[in-house]
Amino acid sequence: MNPAANPGMLPVATPFFFYLLAGMAIAGGLAVITRRNAVHSALALIVTLLSVAGLYLMLYAPFVAGVQIIVYAGGIMVLFLFVIMLVNVEISSKERQFNRMWPLGLAGACALLALFMSAFAKGKDLFLDPTGKPRWPDPMVKLAEGSNTQQVANLLYGEAGRMGPYTFAFEIASLLLLVAILGAVIMTKKKI
Amino acid sequence: MVFMSDITTIHYLVVAAALFALGVIGVLTRRNVVIVLMSIELILNAVNLNLVAFSRMWGNLHGQLFAIFIIVDAAAEAAAGLGILIAFFRNKETINVDEIDLLKW
Repeated sequence: MNPAANPGMLPVATPFFFYLLAGMAIAGGLAVITRRNAVHSALALIVTLLSVAGLYLMLYAPFVAGVQIIVYAGGIMVLFLFVIMLVNVEISSKERQFNRMWPLGLAGACALLALFMSAFAKGKDLFLDPTGKPRWPDPMVKLAEGSNTQQVANLLYGEAGRMGPYTFAFEIASLLLLVAILGAVIMTKKKI
Repeated sequence: MVFMSDITTIHYLVVAAALFALGVIGVLTRRNVVIVLMSIELILNAVNLNLVAFSRMWGNLHGQLFAIFIIVDAAAEAAAGLGILIAFFRNKETINVDEIDLLKW
């Protein structure tokens, strides 16, 4: 990134923090799928979620990072931990952890990863020009960090009395949450 | 060296692809339903990371909005899925996916 283009907010040691957060996210993901105890998996998932929130901050998305921490790490993970405590942990941690078809599943997932990587290797010219210089980040295209929440709100709720492009989707999302709450309550009731 | 000096969109895409693959491995190989649901959360996070990276790349906020809607969807999915899990555990006293075969003939 050209330092002269944005003298005000120069990112400090971006590669270092990127590799730190990416490594923590992937290490946490590995721990989620390998731990025997489900509580350990949940804690590893929290590490992954917080690292991804840090990556959102590096991408100039502070509102999404905050929502990630509050909703995921604060809400969904507490729900997961409650359910882990309700179903018995001790018995399931002594049983076989992987199903009988696991080599097939592992091979399929690795094939999928290889497909992604080959697609990225083929499409790398979209991101790097032939001299190896990144086409992005372009110093001209810069998201405003300070007014990010306000811009998100303008898109969600609309501005100046008009509906925004996502107002209808926002209402539908609230309906979806209502249905999910009703479904969860009805399914966990003993007698309806 | 290009891979160390500047962090570009493709770096984020590679991280997201790795998280996605880990989630798929978890869904396909684990027996514990709770960990399968957590792997689904990993997959949704990988998708969110891609969306926010492309939002940064194109310089508009629509990718971030999509990511917020996916987070809402993940919350609904976790609530409904864990509700089903508790109802099932009350009936069969197990949370292993390969023992959930009542609809199999």
